[in-house]
Amino acid sequence: MSKVEATDTAAAAAAPVEKRNTPLRLAVYAVSGALLLALPLFSGDFYINLASQILIAAIFALSLNLLVGYGGLSSLGHASFLGLSAYFAAWFFTRGGMDHTSSALIALFGTTVVAGLFGLIALRASGLGFLMITLALSQVLWGVAFRWSSVTNGDNGLSGLTRPMPFGLDINGADSFYWFSLVIFAVSFVLMAVFTESAFGSALRGTRDQPRRMAALGFDVWLIRWITFVYAGFWGAVAGLLYVYYHKYIHPTSLSITASAEGLLAVIAGGSGTLGGPVVGAALVMILKNYASAYVERWNMLLGLVFLFIVIFMPEGLVPGTKRLWKRFTGGGK
Amino acid sequence: MQSGSNSTRTVLALLAILIVGAVSFSYIASIRSAQFAIVQTLNSLALGGLLFLLAAGFSLIFGLMRLANLTHGALFMLGAYIGANIMRSFEGVSLWAAMIGAGLLVAVMGGLLERFVLRRLSNNSLGQVLVTLGMSFIIADACLIIWGGDPIPVPTPPDLRSPIRAFGYAFPSYRLAVVVLAVVAAIALYLLLERTRLGAMIRAGVDDMQMARAVGIPVSKLFTAVFMLGAGVAGAAGVLGGPIMSAYPGLDADMLPLALIVVILGGVGSLFGAFVGSFIIGFIYTFGTALLPDLAYVILFLPMIVVIAFRPQGLFGRIAA
Repeated sequence: MSKVEATDTAAAAAAPVEKRNTPLRLAVYAVSGALLLALPLFSGDFYINLASQILIAAIFALSLNLLVGYGGLSSLGHASFLGLSAYFAAWFFTRGGMDHTSSALIALFGTTVVAGLFGLIALRASGLGFLMITLALSQVLWGVAFRWSSVTNGDNGLSGLTRPMPFGLDINGADSFYWFSLVIFAVSFVLMAVFTESAFGSALRGTRDQPRRMAALGFDVWLIRWITFVYAGFWGAVAGLLYVYYHKYIHPTSLSITASAEGLLAVIAGGSGTLGGPVVGAALVMILKNYASAYVERWNMLLGLVFLFIVIFMPEGLVPGTKRLWKRFTGGGK
Repeated sequence: MQSGSNSTRTVLALLAILIVGAVSFSYIASIRSAQFAIVQTLNSLALGGLLFLLAAGFSLIFGLMRLANLTHGALFMLGAYIGANIMRSFEGVSLWAAMIGAGLLVAVMGGLLERFVLRRLSNNSLGQVLVTLGMSFIIADACLIIWGGDPIPVPTPPDLRSPIRAFGYAFPSYRLAVVVLAVVAAIALYLLLERTRLGAMIRAGVDDMQMARAVGIPVSKLFTAVFMLGAGVAGAAGVLGGPIMSAYPGLDADMLPLALIVVILGGVGSLFGAFVGSFIIGFIYTFGTALLPDLAYVILFLPMIVVIAFRPQGLFGRIAA
């Protein structure tokens, strides 16, 4: 067990520790923020919709990154929370006859409770055991969504959900939904950044790198991991809500291993344990997925090949890799 | 389980009682007639046998290499397709020959995967898992390209098509044959591990890799051998399962979680654990499907929760996952 954990944490420790807000970092945030705000001014509906999907995938990847990057807990079942929340929202709205606010609140609350229960089970293990248990748990949910057709409508999925009108605003258009997603994304990004940069976030990184020492120092390693698991589950649920409002439809594939793997690929490809990495990774995965499905119907094959490529040739991810090159270029690194 | 303390034994006994109780409850509750019970029991045993062949390889690979091989479900499916293809293209090839052929082919593919991809990533267990996951997507999509989206049936051997009649009841003979083969394979694997030099080396590697290397065991060759063995058995199991479940896209995603649950239940690296776990899951899944078809997956999940709660290393596991 200690060996498995040691190799996992070694990989996690290779990710650089985030520095405090440097001018360069602030500039990157300002430029990307301005670009995101200005996007609807110069692009058509296709790209706006793609951007909305990227924002949703980014929230999902950021939430998974809390576990993978900061907690050293590689989950292969994170799509559970996105899918569950989407199913809750769609079911309580279309079948339960509730309004948008109640169904959304039930989705967020219900999914967070399930995350709490799943955390209790999955965190009995760490390392590969954690990965296997999260995978098995998510497959159970997938099986329920697929087989329990009297409730979930099985392979046909649930449709009939409409988009809500937050504060009386209509978000049915591509632009307005993009703004809505952008606001939620910004809130999520800030709240997850606050989480990782807090004292609790430092403790979490401590449990990733040196669980035994943290335990010896009096930290409750299990509790820290569990709280992170629940917090990540909550943000996964937020991504799920946006997801189901975007598509107005939910299908069991959103709970499948492929969905969890796409999220994990976004985290690893962008750079786990960094704030910007999962956003870049999510953009990469969504763009690839959109283009691949437009020209060839081989998304799974491509997903597998990208996995192989990233893991073998760029294990640190795009964002840390680019940062390293930037530092070398400017002479800032040692 | 050589030196279990009293409390572990109590917990184990409680767990065994719980699981046996749950299985027999669902068993009794689902019996509608003796014939139904016989068929369902044999279905459970056959599924258990197939799961054992899948989980044993997964568990051995995990135990020795500390590698969660997520291609295992895809290798099972690949075996099923190759077997079906062999039987279709060559008239008169028996299922057993197709099984051996497919097993060998899949074993070679597993060996290549281990040698040329996984080997580069030793010391990076997350990387290895991700690569096996990526490979499983590639294999599944390749199967879809080559064999298309419709299920391909695997014919039952002619001798085993009609059920055996005894005591006034019919016993599906192919399922009996699957059970017998799985038990034979279990005994063969046990003898291989416990009675041969190769097995002794594998056990040494599972228990203490560094020490095994230090006393001159060729651990690197051992890794390839065990990976090929596990892959080959999974591929052969795919063909063996063919007449029952045929070869179809998504077979991998159906089988892998079952194998994972078996391994979580039985304990990683333990052949006996895989054996017991497989038959428990075989029964629970089959009777769960008969009793509550909608919620079979949820029922599957209950023994896993109980085991994880009280014995995270699994019923017979020596190492924690």
